[in-house]
Amino acid sequence: MRPQQVVVIGYGMAGARFAEEVRRRDPAGERVSLTIVGEETHAAYNRVLLSSVLAGAMATDAVTLHDGAWADRYGVTVRTGTRVSRIDRVVRTVTLADGDVLPYDAVVLATGSRAWLPPTEGLCDENGEPAPGVVAFRTLDDCERILATARPGAPVAVLGGGLLGLEAARGLAGRGNRVTVVHPVGHLMERQLDPAAGRVLARTLAQLGIEFRLNVLASGYVPGDGLKLADGSHVPADLVVVSAGVRAETGLAGDAGLTIDRGVVVDDALRTSDPRIHAIGDCAQHPGTISGLVQPGWEQAAVVADLLTGADSAARYTGTPVVTRLKARDIDLAALGEVHAELDDPDAEVVRLEDPARGRYAKLVLRDDKVTGAIMLGTPDAAAMVTQLYDRGMPAPSDRLALLLGRALPSGATGASPADLPSSAVICRCNTVSKGQLMTAWRAGARSVSALADATRASTGCGSCREAVCGIAQWLAEVDPDQDAATAGRTAS
Amino acid sequence: MAEPLTTSALTITKTHCPYCALQCGMNLSSEGGSVVVQPRDFPTNRGGLCQKGWTSAAVLTTPGRLTQPLLRRSREAPPHPVSWDEALDYVTERIRDIQRQRGLDAVALFGGGGLTNEKTYALGKFARVALRTSQVDYNGRFCMSSAAAAGIRVFGIDRGLPFPVTDLDDADAVLLVGGNVAETMPPFSQHLRRAVDLGGLVVIDPRRTATAEQAALHLQPAPGTDLALALGMLHAVVADGHLDHDYISARTNGFEEMWRIAAQWWPERVERVTGVSAADQRAAVRLLARAHNAYVLTARGAEQHASGADTASAWINLALALGLPGRPGSGYGCLTGQGNGQGGREHGQKADQLPGYRKIDDPAAREHVAAVWGVDPAELPGPGRSAYELLDALGGADGPRALLVFGSNPVVSAPRAAHVAERLAALDLLVVADFVLSETAELADVVLPVTQWAEEDGTLTNLEGRILLRERAIEPPQGVRSDLDVLHGLATRLGQPAERFPTDAETVFEELRRASAGGVADYSGVSWERLRDGEQLHWPVPAVDHPGTPRLFLDRFAHPDGRARFAAVNHRGPAEPPDADFPLLATTGRVLQHYQSGAQTRRVAELAKAVPESYVEVHPDTAARAGLAEGQLSRVVSRRGTAVARVRVVPSMRLDTVFLPFHFAGDQRANLVTNPALDPISRMPEFKVCAVRLEPAPGEES
Repeated sequence: MRPQQVVVIGYGMAGARFAEEVRRRDPAGERVSLTIVGEETHAAYNRVLLSSVLAGAMATDAVTLHDGAWADRYGVTVRTGTRVSRIDRVVRTVTLADGDVLPYDAVVLATGSRAWLPPTEGLCDENGEPAPGVVAFRTLDDCERILATARPGAPVAVLGGGLLGLEAARGLAGRGNRVTVVHPVGHLMERQLDPAAGRVLARTLAQLGIEFRLNVLASGYVPGDGLKLADGSHVPADLVVVSAGVRAETGLAGDAGLTIDRGVVVDDALRTSDPRIHAIGDCAQHPGTISGLVQPGWEQAAVVADLLTGADSAARYTGTPVVTRLKARDIDLAALGEVHAELDDPDAEVVRLEDPARGRYAKLVLRDDKVTGAIMLGTPDAAAMVTQLYDRGMPAPSDRLALLLGRALPSGATGASPADLPSSAVICRCNTVSKGQLMTAWRAGARSVSALADATRASTGCGSCREAVCGIAQWLAEVDPDQDAATAGRTAS
Repeated sequence: MAEPLTTSALTITKTHCPYCALQCGMNLSSEGGSVVVQPRDFPTNRGGLCQKGWTSAAVLTTPGRLTQPLLRRSREAPPHPVSWDEALDYVTERIRDIQRQRGLDAVALFGGGGLTNEKTYALGKFARVALRTSQVDYNGRFCMSSAAAAGIRVFGIDRGLPFPVTDLDDADAVLLVGGNVAETMPPFSQHLRRAVDLGGLVVIDPRRTATAEQAALHLQPAPGTDLALALGMLHAVVADGHLDHDYISARTNGFEEMWRIAAQWWPERVERVTGVSAADQRAAVRLLARAHNAYVLTARGAEQHASGADTASAWINLALALGLPGRPGSGYGCLTGQGNGQGGREHGQKADQLPGYRKIDDPAAREHVAAVWGVDPAELPGPGRSAYELLDALGGADGPRALLVFGSNPVVSAPRAAHVAERLAALDLLVVADFVLSETAELADVVLPVTQWAEEDGTLTNLEGRILLRERAIEPPQGVRSDLDVLHGLATRLGQPAERFPTDAETVFEELRRASAGGVADYSGVSWERLRDGEQLHWPVPAVDHPGTPRLFLDRFAHPDGRARFAAVNHRGPAEPPDADFPLLATTGRVLQHYQSGAQTRRVAELAKAVPESYVEVHPDTAARAGLAEGQLSRVVSRRGTAVARVRVVPSMRLDTVFLPFHFAGDQRANLVTNPALDPISRMPEFKVCAVRLEPAPGEES
């Protein structure tokens, strides 16, 4: 049987993953013949790590997903630096900008999204491209452009206080730039944070040297000078990094007459309105998730690979619970589910802890004992735990405060004095010797640490309980003095 | 039942503990007919002993000691004592019948990681030469196989610790993955003291164990997610600028390919899979990277998974990324478990191996070993089934019809234990050599009473690849024979020349030297004389004037090009994820007072009193949701079976995890629930994670 001709449009994280998933199921290409068309000149790279590149933690080549030999090794045709000009659904061909025509049995749209530039005066040139000194933070090329422009110490403005904007701001501040974040809403990351959490986050970031101009629009940009804000103030900037949101890349799909809303509308089989065309990742619109995150795209890639290789024709995508994690050095922030529930919500149990001076804010929303929302700022280990509870739908522990505090909770009886220990307390674990056995041995005449060791074997294993045995010997010498008590004290010390 | 001990008066014998791979030094002396244990200063234990070691002599005089062969000619009849001749004649006759009717592979052998090197060697030779069966494997498959596979893949060689254990004394930082040394080999903890005191011990374990309590940082991943954690930490090494570029270019291959995978496991993503915060992953990496002397150590928690070989490889990858292996004062090591867990995997009781860590499908290896054995290489069988596959096949259409067991108790220690017991019952012949009536021996048609550690001579190879001599300290009870004797008796009855299966351990060792010569684990330069002189010989020891090799890899790794190879491994998760019917994860492990299947330690009164029965550790909320409270009897139910265990409420447990120790018998066997999903490379079963539910035992409902 002739393998299915599958054309993947888009060589980003979703498209690359789809190809990997197909080859995992069909290593020899017996069922699916793959062609990937990518607009960028690079091989696929890991967009999630761009903020690490921006922060200087990672070289650009470290984020490449596929090495040069990958396509040959897996029998995939890859065409980078190539635009698709149209999809002809009647004759089932994809036409490339260079004139090549690829016939298909199935198309996978993985065109992703593009940065949205706000209508600030001067931000774009007459062609709609970013003006000199303006860079969107979206691609590896953008990243390299920012790094080339933002010389150390130079003022940089970041337009947009959402997740990516803040990651860029943190990275640039860490490189020594003077960074100002301009955000039109009253608090940062308003989609994922409530106002109180946004305030704590801003305070923490301010301590790392980032300035904020909240609740104000940028009204104009002058290259070499900076931003003019709607309140009349001015933000100096050699460089403006725009991170004001993205829009799904739906041009091809729209031209081909597929159903479009915010993205390309897909069902649980990730099919568009044409069953031969699938869409995955940021360009797709599925009710079970939001765009802008990689995990849904990866899960969707696996489902479409199941379907197109025939590995599992019943595979369906039903959604991905969304957990937002800010990846910025020295800041731990996780947000998930319904974050805006208030303490007086009649149907939900809401627990909140605020410690702004230490950069901590924790909010937990529960329904029927299960976590349905949380904001965890500055409480990393608790965040990890809460995320797992949320992902797995497990009931939360009954002690909600302990959950929110995580490791901050004292871990029980450390440093208890010998007198306070119950007699059943095991002092020497290696030889299962309890305080009671030591007391018995003492009363039977073992009046020194070494005599106690001979009598009970306490401290003869790893030796780590020697101090504890000394302590008990000293305590016994005080409370149970005998003719040899003074000797015991001396030996023990 | 046991004869009184006859001992040479007031002699003190320098020996080693019968239990774990630390092989603590001890002296045995006899006073008034009973044997007394005294700790001895030896590098591994420095004069320390745990409760198991202190009480080890009690097994010598246990009331249940076997001193006569037992035989039953029909399963309905109870076994009755018979003479050795009758027992061995019967076994021989049955082996002949079965092999005549069903072929050579219809008879199988199952060995153990507690057997001496000499026994290991003789067992493998007996299988290939006297029985000519390919069907031989051993319980070490359940312990060391994943780390062994990983070591061979990455370094080109497998020696648990490629450095003396005392090197750890100078460590500033130690990452211990899936090991609870404070309970499993307590005197070992001394070697971590400096790291503990400097705040440099990092422990990775789903439970807050006694070892984790001592750590500056305890990472508590969900069971079955260790590989993801290793990838996340490797990612952090790169992202946080700790990668040792010079080391990687000078001493390794394959970093790029491995990085393509690790690049996709940024710590925040790993956090979601493992439950270990990204901050903790980074902190652990920072601790290792900043140390002068740092080590990564793995144990069964990382290895006993259906992805165990890949998981162990991933931890070695981390060590390589930090530039640790092969540098003095740092490295990677695996903590071997059983007494002879190292030697036991080197000399031929493994299905795919010949002595000297040679591969049975390597023509040169076959030729060399066949020449030592005086047989035609073409007559040597090929590789056989791995341990669980062997047990699973017993009594089946294509499987063996007879099994001879030495030094193992698979009814308790194998995964899916009820099924294993069924397979044993389906055999035409089960022969068990042991010194007590273990749970496996109880099922046997023939039980052969054999000597134990203090009653016989032999060598073992400890966790650091050092060969140790354990000499006979006391006379065995009348009526028992050594395993070497048993093999000799069977081999000669099967028509083998008597000199081909010597009963004297030193004679066997001399042959082992020749057989291992030129192999990976080369013992040819080791003599008992050198061992008696107290020489510290770590293999390879290729000549009698060779000082041994305490530290491997200082100049080169064991691959032909001398470089270590990063393994491009990816996370795949537990073979059996939790679901609505089985919502919890069960993990299994050990307690300080018991060893392996407990056949020995449950017979020591002091140990049995300290921990008399099985238990299940569970978070208080999880217990309450199951309607259980501290001290109540619970049923831990999986798709394969149910274990009964008393509830211990432990607030530090993860909500999704329960823990069972596996040393107990009958309906308390943890292995009634475990999952026999096997690692594709090492054939290790997934002991460390399976899906279960928890419910009150009948009569305990509240």
